[in-house]
Amino acid sequence: MLLEPSLTVSAVLFTLGVAGVLLRRNAIVIFMCVELMLNAVNLTFVALAQQLGVAGQIFVFFVMAVAAAEAAVGLAILLAIYRHRQTLNLQNINLLKG
Amino acid sequence: MPAAPLSLLWVVPALPLLGFAVNGTLALGRPGAKGAVSIVGVGTLALAFAASAFAVIEFAKLHAAAPLVFPYWEWLPVGELQVGFALQLDQLSAVMILVVTGVGALIHVFSIGYMHEDPGYARYFAYLNLFVFFMLILVLGANFPVMFVGWEGVGLCSYLLIGFWFNERINADAGRKAFIVNRIGDFGFLVAMLLIFWRIGSLDFGPVFARAPAAFAPGSAVVTAITLFLFLGCTGKSAQIPLYTWLPDAMQGPTPVSALIHAATMVTAGVYLVARCGVLFALSPLGSAAVAGVGALTALFAATIALKQWDIKRVLAYSTISQLGYMFIGVGTGAYAAGIFHLATHAFFKALLFLGSGSVIHAMHRAYHATHAHDDAQDMRNMGGLARHLPWTAGLMWIATLAIAGIPPFAGFFSKDEILGAAFAEAEVRPLWYVFWAMGMAAALLTAFYMTRLMRYTFHGPNRTGDREREHLREAPWMMTAPLVVLGALTVLGGGLNVPRLFGGGAFLEHWLEPVTSAAARLHPVVDTARTTEWALVVAAVLVAALGMFAAFRLLRPAALVPARLAPAETGLARLLWKKWYVDELYDAIVVRPIVWISREVLWKIVDARLVDGLLVNGSAAVSRALGWMGSRLQTGEVGSYVMLFVIGVLAVLGAAVR
Repeated sequence: MLLEPSLTVSAVLFTLGVAGVLLRRNAIVIFMCVELMLNAVNLTFVALAQQLGVAGQIFVFFVMAVAAAEAAVGLAILLAIYRHRQTLNLQNINLLKG
Repeated sequence: MPAAPLSLLWVVPALPLLGFAVNGTLALGRPGAKGAVSIVGVGTLALAFAASAFAVIEFAKLHAAAPLVFPYWEWLPVGELQVGFALQLDQLSAVMILVVTGVGALIHVFSIGYMHEDPGYARYFAYLNLFVFFMLILVLGANFPVMFVGWEGVGLCSYLLIGFWFNERINADAGRKAFIVNRIGDFGFLVAMLLIFWRIGSLDFGPVFARAPAAFAPGSAVVTAITLFLFLGCTGKSAQIPLYTWLPDAMQGPTPVSALIHAATMVTAGVYLVARCGVLFALSPLGSAAVAGVGALTALFAATIALKQWDIKRVLAYSTISQLGYMFIGVGTGAYAAGIFHLATHAFFKALLFLGSGSVIHAMHRAYHATHAHDDAQDMRNMGGLARHLPWTAGLMWIATLAIAGIPPFAGFFSKDEILGAAFAEAEVRPLWYVFWAMGMAAALLTAFYMTRLMRYTFHGPNRTGDREREHLREAPWMMTAPLVVLGALTVLGGGLNVPRLFGGGAFLEHWLEPVTSAAARLHPVVDTARTTEWALVVAAVLVAALGMFAAFRLLRPAALVPARLAPAETGLARLLWKKWYVDELYDAIVVRPIVWISREVLWKIVDARLVDGLLVNGSAAVSRALGWMGSRLQTGEVGSYVMLFVIGVLAVLGAAVR
């Protein structure tokens, strides 16, 4: 049915996410782009679940749960970094270099 | 067939080894136990001499034509190379073990008196016993490697005993010089051994000498190389040109050591080796000519140096080198019996001369010690007139002097005469030997001269020791004089071992050695001369000796000598001889200094500092540091670049999976 358009949208969303992670410098934006990629994957799961069984839909819940946890921890870290450095520009946060 | 008691031959070398073990333990634990050390040191040697005599008597009863070989255990079984630890007894090693243990035992007895005040008494006897052990291994070994063990072992003991008083630098240096110069010779021995194994496939004496005539064409390049390399080993151990320079310096050791190692036994190992390998030398005319030629040259050259030395032991050292040269003329000519005969008689009279000089030095040293003077106790210019104070030593040393000069009927006359006679006879076949014979005669003249000079300056004329010291000069205790008396008797009677047919003798030693020398004699027959020629040679030799002694009495003025510290410097030819033809300086300039320079400037500063340390050690460190630096540049600390690499990696993996 709507499989092909769904996968296309998913691919576009995922690529946007990757591009965002690669190109943007603000940690919050990168964080959002990661969420975008997760949701693109979720869309793929749901679209394919119609043909391959309900397991895909169940997996979406797991992804959402992990994403929620990740958002909680990740935002807390970002908050701590901002308090410490007064910036979220990742180019300035490069202490761990060789 | 081999008599059962003879298989106990190992007891002969084992006894001195036991003595070494006990004395070595005492030296470490109870260095003051001099009584026990003397009993063990001398006792094991006396027992070893008794065991040797017993073995030789048993062996003589067998009338064996071939050596008796006793393999004790497998030592180096490596593929085709099968070397067992085996000893062998034949007529040649029988003579050698009797000389080594007999003269060795006498010198051990003398050492009790000579070294008694020394704090290193136990260590001294331990080394001396170890030396006798290795010397016996050298002469009893049944193959080249076992012989080489003894060869190296005596070198080690020689080094230890030359540097016995190692807290004086000059002594330690002399020890090192002996060791290093001998290394050059040992290299020759090793190369010869490898060549023999390469061509014959065995290192046991029996098979090597049996197969050699078939394996090598006479005069072929390989056998010549083998003999020349073997002889290089001999020049090191037996102090021949060009490697003789260590022996005079070896006189820094205790005097009994000079007598035992550097006169009577170890330095004759080269003569023994040439006699042992007679078959090989008989196959190589060039090799045997080199032996005789170098021997003749050394005999003459060393004798000239002995003319102007003032240190009593150095005169005897150069005399030893010269006499060893005679032995090499003998064995190089193919007259092995004559060479070994001179080896035995030389062991008697030279040990006597050295022990006599030891007795003189002992007396001089005690006299200077009593008055706290610091003059040289070995310089003949400080002696003179000692015959009044040491009558026994003087008389016995005169006997040895007559023997070494070649005055009949003392031992040296017969053996030296036989060597010169053999060389003259050989000249009928190979005219080069006329030259060698003439050099031997000239050396005999000089020998008579310098020995008479030594005796006159030491024992006769006015005394130059000093007025206060003179009353302290007296004969050594009987423990030291008794060995001199025995050696004196051997010097008088030793010639009886091998009285030639010319004087109605039976040439006993020549017959005794025949089973050993016959193989070489078949390849290179000994030339016989007419009786009239032989008589003429004998008369000429005696005349030359008498002329040398007469000249020494006419030309030298002991009364005109002054003590060493007042003596003027030598000039002209005398200075050249006194400075030993500047050979040490020459070697220093053309060998030692270039080696030191190359070692310092090239091997150390370039090869070691720049190549090894700079390029290899620090270079590899620099390479890994550079690689690490390049790797660390990848770790930017920026998350973006990590993600970029991660994405590229994922894409690459996906791309590979899809394709």
